Amino acid sequence: MTRTIADMLVDWEPVIGLEVHVQLGTASKAFSGSGVEFGAPPNSLTDPCVLGLPGALPVFNRHALELALKLGIATGSTIRARSRFARKHYFYPDQPKGYQITQFDEPLCEDGYLDLLLDQQIKRVKLTRIHLEEDAGKNLHVGAVSHVDLNRAGVPLCEVVSEPELTSAEEAAEFMRALHRLVRWLGISEGDMEKGQMRCDANVSIRLRGEDRLGTRTELKNINSFRFVQHAVDHEIARQLRILDGGGRVERETRLWDAAAGQSATMRSKEEANDYRYFPDPDLPPLVVDGATMGALLKAMPELPTPRFVRYQRDLQLAPDDARTIVSDLPLAGYFERVVAVNPRRSGRVIANWVLTELLGALHAAGVEIDQSPMTPANLSELVGLIEDGTISGKIGKEIFEESFRTGEAPAAIVVRRGVQQISDEAQLWEIVERIVAANPKQAETYAAGKDALFGFFVGQVMRETNGRANPVLTSDLLRKRLGR
Amino acid sequence: MPPLSTQDVAEIALLARLHLEPEEAEQMRLELGAILEHFTQLTAVDTDGVAPMTHAMSTELRLRLDVVEPSLTVAEALAAAPKRDGDLIVVPAILPGNEP
Repeated sequence: MTRTIADMLVDWEPVIGLEVHVQLGTASKAFSGSGVEFGAPPNSLTDPCVLGLPGALPVFNRHALELALKLGIATGSTIRARSRFARKHYFYPDQPKGYQITQFDEPLCEDGYLDLLLDQQIKRVKLTRIHLEEDAGKNLHVGAVSHVDLNRAGVPLCEVVSEPELTSAEEAAEFMRALHRLVRWLGISEGDMEKGQMRCDANVSIRLRGEDRLGTRTELKNINSFRFVQHAVDHEIARQLRILDGGGRVERETRLWDAAAGQSATMRSKEEANDYRYFPDPDLPPLVVDGATMGALLKAMPELPTPRFVRYQRDLQLAPDDARTIVSDLPLAGYFERVVAVNPRRSGRVIANWVLTELLGALHAAGVEIDQSPMTPANLSELVGLIEDGTISGKIGKEIFEESFRTGEAPAAIVVRRGVQQISDEAQLWEIVERIVAANPKQAETYAAGKDALFGFFVGQVMRETNGRANPVLTSDLLRKRLGR
Repeated sequence: MPPLSTQDVAEIALLARLHLEPEEAEQMRLELGAILEHFTQLTAVDTDGVAPMTHAMSTELRLRLDVVEPSLTVAEALAAAPKRDGDLIVVPAILPGNEP
């Protein structure tokens, strides 16, 4: 009888490390002045340096350095005052120079961490290093030939390498999301995986629980969406489990994830690939990070997503999911904070709910960014207040929201103008309840005899009578009193 | 230092994507061997107490501002391409994803 994956996971432990390339959001390339632009006509963004033409010398982009330093600071990394660029040699058609400029034994950042915001805990994953490098061009495979577009060649990247500390596909996916949140939060990169601005390779191995040594690992390449990270890693864990649990051995190899087929296949091993002949790039003296640069970056660092995630749950009682969604976007979080600040007595949970459902939905439908929202934080706070105070019902609140979003008019003013205040006056409601019960003697009798479903009929009648303005809780109380049960 | 073997030359040729006939490989073995021999003279220098260095001059990396400069035209960029299909360079088929 074959064992299920869940059974096998009782004995075996997956270990995953990720290597993520993040495009640094510069206007020009890492070492020369041609532009960075997604979707430009093929081979229209090159220069002598990108093409590796004789005599062209690389000069590093200061902005790329600053963006990588921001990530280094935000991940608590040790930043080298002097780091170094190296040449990594291999021949491939997307790389005209015959080597890639990267960092090898003296990377910019080491020993950092990334926080995974899991539901039950925050898991701090160690980062081995973050180093700078340049991207290669793009190959398009068409039958018997391949096409090369060098627009992407020379685009500045940083490669983030984690320690093998992730233990499930879910954690691997959250690692990617956490990094995505962070780079967007800090304006380092758009992190758009569909545009190749974040790309992930995963190292996966399995060992017996309690074992210190790592098992033989495979490297999964070509993972280019958050969903694929989870699929690909899950698939590889299952593949290795079946081999190991059946008494077999995992081969050390590189496997290519095929998203369309939902499976991975081994790549032809390249016998020469293990010799990149790294050496310090003679064109590029040591990269020195000075105190003034670091000081300016430290000073401009905003509060990071992790402390906000903690604060939103602890002080504002937000659900982990809502807190995580809000800290995934700096403008969104900024808006949320402004609504809370208008009147801190209002429930953060309720505000989060309005922001994440009604507001984001309306903004999306209108094609407007949150920092251009026609619904101001003050107006949203006022609307939440009207509902919390019982002035209007939640249902009416949605109508008021729509109108305020559309016109910018203050919710309280709309409520008065439309006369939609909730009726919470007991005497007034009692009079209505009396009238309705008197007008429906047969239903009242049947309800009294035990037909519970008729209660809804009476509530409906009261709502009809009041145009939906009757306080629903009070209405139910009064109806029960009048109907005798 | 042991002399360069035929196997060493074959590996270096593979890394450099060079096809060598046996007599060329032998010639290369002798020539490369002579170059390496020449460099072994450096081992005679006493480097005790000398900090390792990678550059002859103690300069720092110069940085440029993130300013876009004009790119080459597509025609200029592809002037040396052996084969083209529209604005793309055409090369013999390479296996998808087999990048290093």
